[in-house]
Amino acid sequence: MTDPQQQVDLRHDEVQAGTTTVLGEPSVDVTDARQNSLWSDAWAQLRRSVIFWTGAVLCVLFLAMALFPSLFARGVDPRDCDLTNSKGTPSSAHWLGFDQQGCDYLANVVYGARNSLLIGVLGVLGVLILGVVVGAIAGFYGRAIDSILSRVTDIFYALPLTLGAIVLLRVGPSTDIPVINTRGPGAVAIALALFGWMTAMRLVRSQVIAVKSSDYVAAARAMGASDYRILVRHILPNAVAPVLVYATITIGVLIAAEATLTFLGVGLQPPAISWGLQIANGQSLLRTAPHLVLFPSIILTFTVMAFILMGDALRDALDPRQRS
Amino acid sequence: MSSIVPAPAADPRGGTGTAPLLEVDDLRVEFRTRAGVVNAVNGISYTLDPGETLAILGESGSGKSVSAQAIMGILDIPPAKITSGRILFEGRDLLTLDEEEQRRVRGPGISMIFQDALSALNPVYSVGFQIGEMFRAHRGMSKQDAKKRAVELMDRVRIPAAAQRVNDYPHQFSGGMRQRVMIAMAIALDPRILIADEPTTALDVTVQAQVMDLLKDLQRETGMGLVLITHDLGVVNEVADSVAVMYAGRIVERGSVDDVFQRPAMPYTEGLMSSVPQVEAKGGRLVPIKGQPPNLANIPSGCPFHPRCHRRRIGPEAAPGRDCAVDRPELRLVVPGREAACHYSEEVLGV
Amino acid sequence: MGRYVARRLLLTIPVLIGASFLIFAMVYALPGDPIRALAGDRPLAPAVQAALRDEFNLGDPLVIQYVKYVGDLFQGDFGTDFRGRPVLDTILLRMPVTVKLALVAIGFEIVIGIVAGVLAGIRRNGFFDNVVLVSTTIIVSIPILVLAFVSQYVFGLKLGWFPIAGTSQGWYSYLLPGLVLASGSLAYVARLTRTSIAENMRADYVRTAKAKGLPRKTVIVRHTLRNSLIPVVTFIGADIGTLMGGAIVTETVFNLPGIGRAVFDAIRSQEGAVVVGIVTLFVFFFIFFNLVVDVLYAVLDPRIRYD
Repeated sequence: MTDPQQQVDLRHDEVQAGTTTVLGEPSVDVTDARQNSLWSDAWAQLRRSVIFWTGAVLCVLFLAMALFPSLFARGVDPRDCDLTNSKGTPSSAHWLGFDQQGCDYLANVVYGARNSLLIGVLGVLGVLILGVVVGAIAGFYGRAIDSILSRVTDIFYALPLTLGAIVLLRVGPSTDIPVINTRGPGAVAIALALFGWMTAMRLVRSQVIAVKSSDYVAAARAMGASDYRILVRHILPNAVAPVLVYATITIGVLIAAEATLTFLGVGLQPPAISWGLQIANGQSLLRTAPHLVLFPSIILTFTVMAFILMGDALRDALDPRQRS
Repeated sequence: MSSIVPAPAADPRGGTGTAPLLEVDDLRVEFRTRAGVVNAVNGISYTLDPGETLAILGESGSGKSVSAQAIMGILDIPPAKITSGRILFEGRDLLTLDEEEQRRVRGPGISMIFQDALSALNPVYSVGFQIGEMFRAHRGMSKQDAKKRAVELMDRVRIPAAAQRVNDYPHQFSGGMRQRVMIAMAIALDPRILIADEPTTALDVTVQAQVMDLLKDLQRETGMGLVLITHDLGVVNEVADSVAVMYAGRIVERGSVDDVFQRPAMPYTEGLMSSVPQVEAKGGRLVPIKGQPPNLANIPSGCPFHPRCHRRRIGPEAAPGRDCAVDRPELRLVVPGREAACHYSEEVLGV
Repeated sequence: MGRYVARRLLLTIPVLIGASFLIFAMVYALPGDPIRALAGDRPLAPAVQAALRDEFNLGDPLVIQYVKYVGDLFQGDFGTDFRGRPVLDTILLRMPVTVKLALVAIGFEIVIGIVAGVLAGIRRNGFFDNVVLVSTTIIVSIPILVLAFVSQYVFGLKLGWFPIAGTSQGWYSYLLPGLVLASGSLAYVARLTRTSIAENMRADYVRTAKAKGLPRKTVIVRHTLRNSLIPVVTFIGADIGTLMGGAIVTETVFNLPGIGRAVFDAIRSQEGAVVVGIVTLFVFFFIFFNLVVDVLYAVLDPRIRYD
């Protein structure tokens, strides 16, 4: 039963009749141009998704804010502070008011996007590199290598993201290791990647295992392709879909994590501009000057939401079972 | 001479005087999907006598499974919709019964077994528990009694060491054994009719034979009617008394297995018979039927088989009222004991 | 089943060793000065430094250091702060608060999450289902940090429905912080349950159960629910890690004198040993809790037991 039309009919008939279809293993090689319906179908569905577009718009706004902060800050310098304006409330000239130092809050909140973007992107890059490499090797070679790598992954899993990052960032400044001993975005990104790569590894590993035994891989092997080539050209492209979803959502998660770590005191330090710092500083003034906590909170939430929404929409678009 | 009005449901077997167990009359099922309306079943009618084995033969996408599920009442009602028809069992139209009454028919009256026993059995409960459920739910038996009956049933379907294995889980059995567990569940309450939806498709050939033998023996013992849904011609030939060939949601030929297989009255059936590889004809070419089964959301006009039919008459070649692309042939009596839905059945038969 | 439990126990040991070694390595084995790491910016007299060096066995080779470190842990020595107080004492003192917070949070997570998920999953695409879908997406996007402050401001300061901070009102004080802490996890549990139920209701064995003529309630409760809860149980186990991180934030914002708050205070006051000690405890607890969850998973799903 390999006729595409027959397959469609069978699936149609059975799925509509309420049975489940076994769509687990990808029997379709997406690198075969004729069969890349997965991605074109996904895009067609994404285009129609309100969730996706909401997330995408927010994401574009956030990116613009991070890359061109002066536009959003109306040309004000976040460090141009005048103590006489301390804790000033929002007004038409200064939309978000002032913080304790008398610095324009709109400018500060806007400039905070930059660090968040940096850390989110770098962190996810780290997660992907570690996760894909370890997962692919473990899944592809199996047996002893898989055992060892999976145990290592289990060990890292035992340290939750926030807790592991707290310890590393706490001791980081006193080590001699280059980036980690600064208190900059690089250190935070590394800490987040180091304790956040495990889920990506498991995703990649299970996809590689599922795809490894499929027909087109056997065909490639029969034609004498090297391990590396099989892995990179045939297996990984078919394994990438869930990882893509995970990566998108993780950017949001890491941005939230950075704010939390900075708030707790182990992340970025003044004079860096970060939403976490702003929230921490505004904490004691919640009663009298709530805007100090509220504004960075709102922007932080919308930024995280942008990536979570896009990730959700992407997941629905790529999941064959959700399409009914 | 064709008729526009479908011939009255004359029993092709000539009738033995006993009332039929099951009478399906012009059953139609639709699915409302985002892509449009799918006409899965388009007016099928048949009867089943006690002790009879009726095979419903068709490719995937012919609507055979859907029709069986409609009889059982287990279709997901949206998106499915039974738009018309009657299903007469023991004199009552199942489609007019309320939910609770319909439920009581399932199990004691009509039961069903499915293709893939591994996914059709709940993986987290033991087989004894699942077989025993029939007794606990329908007869109010206690857990111990139900379990005892389960062991008896497992013996009856020839599962070795039943008493030891009653607490095992489905994944601990082989494919053939699992199918027997399903059969045990289905015959637990001595149903009058057993519907088997592709029961052997997922099994090895040798195991297939064992399972089919078991079904036949059980049928002989109990006199129940057996509806066998399959696409496997070999199984039909071995086991069934009569066969109804389905295409595009309709029955296009019906008669006894021997008759239909040796002298088909409809080009689709002809095609099916010729596509079976003949061991004697080694060295020749396989003869598939050209083309694809139709998309049930977009069934061709006239005779649904006409795009693939080598005997079709269209336009000027066609006799008046029998244009294969325009006029839909109804299922009609062609020779005694045989019905076919083709304008030119006589030609196909050679009468 | 017994063999499965034994195997899981055996597998836990390398994880325990590995995780404790990881923490140890971060503090003591990285190039740099571990004393600095623990003391931060705190100025230390040379005599104090020498004493600390001795206490942490920094003169010994790394392996010996690690062995002594683990030995200490076994004896309940999670380190001491710079005032000489054992971290274990601090932990024991503050544990009741964190335990109460955790119980409230997990209670919310399980009860509201699963119930909402089941109701949404049974009637897929119904009104309730869409409400659950939208609300969980929003909640998951709000960092606990933000949710804590916003709810403290709105429900505590402005509306006065809940105490703003502290434990003065007994169990009632834990309701808002517990709900905040549980929020993200609750949302995930609801979605997971919903998807799981919706999927399982279309499973072949549910169709079989209907074909057997079982009553609708039996089909849902016995054949759908138990199967659906299996992935949820696994998730709840893994999610405890997130809860622990969240507890630090929640206790800080709501000023609950628990272990999480102790971490925050220790970071502030440069008490590295306390931070490391509490994190170590959290990690051990996390590993143990996951072992329990794994066993529970095997109870629910027999296929795992006989692997």
